[in-house]
Amino acid sequence: MTAPISIYRHSLATRLMHWLNALCLFLVLMSGLQIFNADPQLYWGSYGANTDPAAFAIGGFPHWATLPGERDLATGRRIHFFFAWLLVVNSTAFFAVSFASGHVRRDLLPSRAEIAPKHVLHDIGEHLRLRFPRGEAARHYNVLQKLAYLGVLFILGPLILATGLTMSPAMDAAFPWLLNLFGGRQSARTLHFIAAALVVLFIIVHLAMVLLAGPVRELRSMITGRYVLPPADTTAVDAAAVDAATGRAD
Amino acid sequence: MPPPGRRRARTGVDRRTGVDGSRRRLLWQGGAVFGGLLLGGCDGLTESPSVTRVLESAERLNYATQRLLLGRHSLAREFTEADLSPVFRSNGTSRPGTEEYQRLMAGGFTEWRLAVGGLVANPMQLTLDSLRAMPARTQITRHDCVEGWSAIGRWTGVPLATILRSARMLPSARFIVFHCADQLERGAPYYESIDLDDAFHPQTILAYDLNGRALPVANGAPLRLRVERQLGYKQAKYLMGLEAVERFDTIRGGKGGFWEDRGYAWYAGI
Repeated sequence: MTAPISIYRHSLATRLMHWLNALCLFLVLMSGLQIFNADPQLYWGSYGANTDPAAFAIGGFPHWATLPGERDLATGRRIHFFFAWLLVVNSTAFFAVSFASGHVRRDLLPSRAEIAPKHVLHDIGEHLRLRFPRGEAARHYNVLQKLAYLGVLFILGPLILATGLTMSPAMDAAFPWLLNLFGGRQSARTLHFIAAALVVLFIIVHLAMVLLAGPVRELRSMITGRYVLPPADTTAVDAAAVDAATGRAD
Repeated sequence: MPPPGRRRARTGVDRRTGVDGSRRRLLWQGGAVFGGLLLGGCDGLTESPSVTRVLESAERLNYATQRLLLGRHSLAREFTEADLSPVFRSNGTSRPGTEEYQRLMAGGFTEWRLAVGGLVANPMQLTLDSLRAMPARTQITRHDCVEGWSAIGRWTGVPLATILRSARMLPSARFIVFHCADQLERGAPYYESIDLDDAFHPQTILAYDLNGRALPVANGAPLRLRVERQLGYKQAKYLMGLEAVERFDTIRGGKGGFWEDRGYAWYAGI
């Protein structure tokens, strides 16, 4: 039996910010559905109300998905804004720490070889067969993981913030270009909803991958920072890799 | 599929992770308790006054931040005739039921007066005709309801600044309170309040026309407030009087407005 290879994957800052982020997302998403339920239709353009044609008529979300769990728009807004602010502070801290420490460049940015279509397609194929990287190949994030994290951090996150602010009549007065950028307040509301739905999709896939890849291993790495590589299929383990893993933190 | 020999043992210490079964159970139980608290406890938490106070800090932060970003004179976007909503939705009260309002409405609002009082040197009673005789401003703006919908309308009315200047507001005044004829709840008349930045903003008008015609009853006849950089519930309808005050915590529920007394933010810029 070979010794398990354990690496130090997540810094304390990353772990704290991850869990604060998880809490905030959970609360802004559920309070967001409470706010959405006050007028459960989406429009496109500058205006849109009950008598205007809707782009999507969704019909409202069940109470178990909203926060509070009953019709209470005032409290929903209060929760939404509080945790949206916390999310902004936490995300700002994450970007500052992650750029300064090289986390973004070292761990999240894919290499040129990784984003070659052939490589990406191969990884998609492997994921669809639920075959995940093992051993040394699991030391770093795979390209689909990197692209998913980058997409949420650099596209969906900023998009949600900007479209959320475009719904504010005061922000529109301060920064009228927001309205031009998103094609009007009601378009911004629709985009805010779509971006939030994509974040929910990310969370579902993220949690599914945690379960499939080994929930204990994955959860422990985000709590203690130490990640035990899933053993490679071959019994012969590269001695250098063991030395590297046991000798020093990554 | 890992070879059988590598399959994780169901109980006892897992060789690879070093986590034994009981610790793992604890992890799951902890997660379940946390999740349960979050799901079941939140509604209880949001009803607690101290939690509400903490959450409300974000509303004060919204106000401070937006006042900083906005400056005093930045304007809400003004649209063109082509952008008008086909139907300008009405919301809240569509026809105030009080006897007084019914009488005023039956008389075509000729008996109606806007009472301007509070911390002013020159209290006034203004008729609709005298308001219509004052210099007017027309603006095509977007009305954003707190519920999420928007409607674009063309408003004509008197800048509130004009009225406050002719009433000679005293320096101690910090807010303008608007008293309304409608009652969404029995015995609780609608009211609203704004700060002086908004009161003297060029787009803050007391509107008597919507889309080139006298304001319909459903939209607040004979006069309503337009404060364009805030949400719909600040746009008080059926105005009966306005009052310059130093503080509003002694008025009705003390939160500065009908909806504010029911939990909504006093500053509604977002």
